[in-house]
Amino acid sequence: MNKTLNNKAWFMVLPVFALVAFSAVVPLMTVVNYSVQDTFGNNQFFWNGIGWFQELLDPSKELGGRFFEALWRTLLFSAIILAIEIPLGIAVALAMPREGWTVALCLVLMALPLLIPWNVVGTIWQVFARGDIGLLGWVVNHLGIDYNYTGNSLDAWVTIIVMDVWHWTSLVALLCYAGLKSIPDAYYQAARIDGASRWAVFRTIQLPKMRRVLLIAVLLRFMDSFMIYTEPFVLTGGGPGNATTFLSIDLVKLALGQFDLGKAAAMSLVYNLIILAICWVFYTVMTNVDADRERVEV
Amino acid sequence: MARITLDHLAHAYKPNPQGPQDYALKEINHVWDQGGAYALLGPSGCGKTTLLNIISGLVHPTRGRIRFDERDVTDLPTEARNIAQVFQFPVVYDTMTVRENLAFPLKNRGVPRDRTAARVEEIARLLDLARVLDRKARNLTADMKQKISLGRGLVRPDVAAILFDEPLTVIDPHLKWQLRSTLKEIHRALDITMIYVTHDQTEALTFADKVVVMHDGAVVQTGTPEELFERPAHTFVGHFIGSPGMNILPCRVEGATAYLGEEPVSLARAYRALPQGQRIELGIRPEFVRLQARGSGLPVRVRRIDDIGRARIARVELGGRVVAASVPEAFSVDGDEAALALDPRQIHIYADGHLVAGEPAR
Repeated sequence: MNKTLNNKAWFMVLPVFALVAFSAVVPLMTVVNYSVQDTFGNNQFFWNGIGWFQELLDPSKELGGRFFEALWRTLLFSAIILAIEIPLGIAVALAMPREGWTVALCLVLMALPLLIPWNVVGTIWQVFARGDIGLLGWVVNHLGIDYNYTGNSLDAWVTIIVMDVWHWTSLVALLCYAGLKSIPDAYYQAARIDGASRWAVFRTIQLPKMRRVLLIAVLLRFMDSFMIYTEPFVLTGGGPGNATTFLSIDLVKLALGQFDLGKAAAMSLVYNLIILAICWVFYTVMTNVDADRERVEV
Repeated sequence: MARITLDHLAHAYKPNPQGPQDYALKEINHVWDQGGAYALLGPSGCGKTTLLNIISGLVHPTRGRIRFDERDVTDLPTEARNIAQVFQFPVVYDTMTVRENLAFPLKNRGVPRDRTAARVEEIARLLDLARVLDRKARNLTADMKQKISLGRGLVRPDVAAILFDEPLTVIDPHLKWQLRSTLKEIHRALDITMIYVTHDQTEALTFADKVVVMHDGAVVQTGTPEELFERPAHTFVGHFIGSPGMNILPCRVEGATAYLGEEPVSLARAYRALPQGQRIELGIRPEFVRLQARGSGLPVRVRRIDDIGRARIARVELGGRVVAASVPEAFSVDGDEAALALDPRQIHIYADGHLVAGEPAR
């Protein structure tokens, strides 16, 4: 094949480059700039080198301590969210109807929570879970269970998790449903002829065929829960104490509450790198799944 | 091992079918003999797959019964019938190796492990899959996957019949022939009833001992490939089988003479009591219509001549209708005027599409 070389082609990518520079590169570089400096206000900055990073990654320091606490808290939250939402989403997708007018109804009902703005979700649950006027809080308290999400850390965690499950399980379910719908009928018919049990059908046909959408669902749910901010901020504001102060909430406290721009910049860069690293792992896994498919042998 | 009997079987996908137009499969009575190789041939949408799915139990018929030998299986689910089916698109279990795929039906039925292993080896040898037994099934080519689907059926020692639903659709042309011969060999080796659904007449005629031709939800003829070729019971069969298909020409019949327009054609049989008010047609295969020089026979105008390899086929015009005729090797066309000679013994007369027997002419 003949390739034409023309350096004018670079001009074609210039608009995109300019856009990305303004929307991503310049702001990011500003953060990098902050992360190596200290400021006492008045727009005066002093060079601090890698000092903030050293402090951040040392759990014995004040900054490092709160960073790792928030990090483990966030990881634990993501793990719990995935452990609940993925199996639940699969179960919901399996239970959804395949044909008939109920399909459309189901899809709309499933999509509803996804359409609600995040801070509205937080507000809904803040009211819903209150012991005095909230339906959920009132019912739980009258069942004899002492429940108060503003005072008890465990209650706060449970409320946030239930809220997130309510908000996002639909996404997993819809993705899995799409995966299930793409399985040709012949597979189910063959399985019946082979005498496979319901469980065997799930293990050998449905789960393998859902593998790729599940990877995407896990990736999306991990990213979103790892970066969660709005809903817990509205619901608990990170409390009681620091019980629900996830990384993003801590970051905002640091940057806007205390106005420690240097520390906050260093923290946000490390936060960003963690997310990038996890993305890269997922990307590698997903492309390997595809590569495996292409290796056709005679 | 079983003889499969279809007893007044009919199926409609709509609830409460009213007339015959609501039936995807019109009433059918048929017996599939144990050990036969059958083809179910017909164009897309003629009800072949419906019939196949009723036999395998994936579809429950609206009316009628199915019996395996003397056992009524109409209400039995698929897994309780001794049926295997190979689908149009290869179905393999992605996460399993070829060996696990082949063992799957036996594992589900609780067959002891050592017997399963021996049986899998045996079937793999038969299908020439022994080399790839430990490969992941999903990395194999389409024809290999189709063999695995077939193997999952064969591996069950109790299997009564194997149903094929256009199994060669996604196979490369040069492998089709090979896979079809494998099927034939297995049929000879194992004495299993095989029912092969296809819309490809070559596949049907080369695979089957008996071909069932379906049209518009009904069986129009059952017979050996020779019977279908020589005595099509319906104009559809005549037209559908053979390439090019049978010439079907409207005509008027008086005793042992047919009139195409005003031209008389003598027949080998006499038709005295043809039903009144029905469409009468004359059918003859292009193989028995010879193109010859003008002078004797039916005068025609030659449109074009195609060389189809083993023969030359002329498209000629006869009274405004296009007729296919074979061109003898020695014959060369001069201009566009020629004549046709029809072999009287190979002419069939149809009333409203159905073959009329006639009686020997004196």
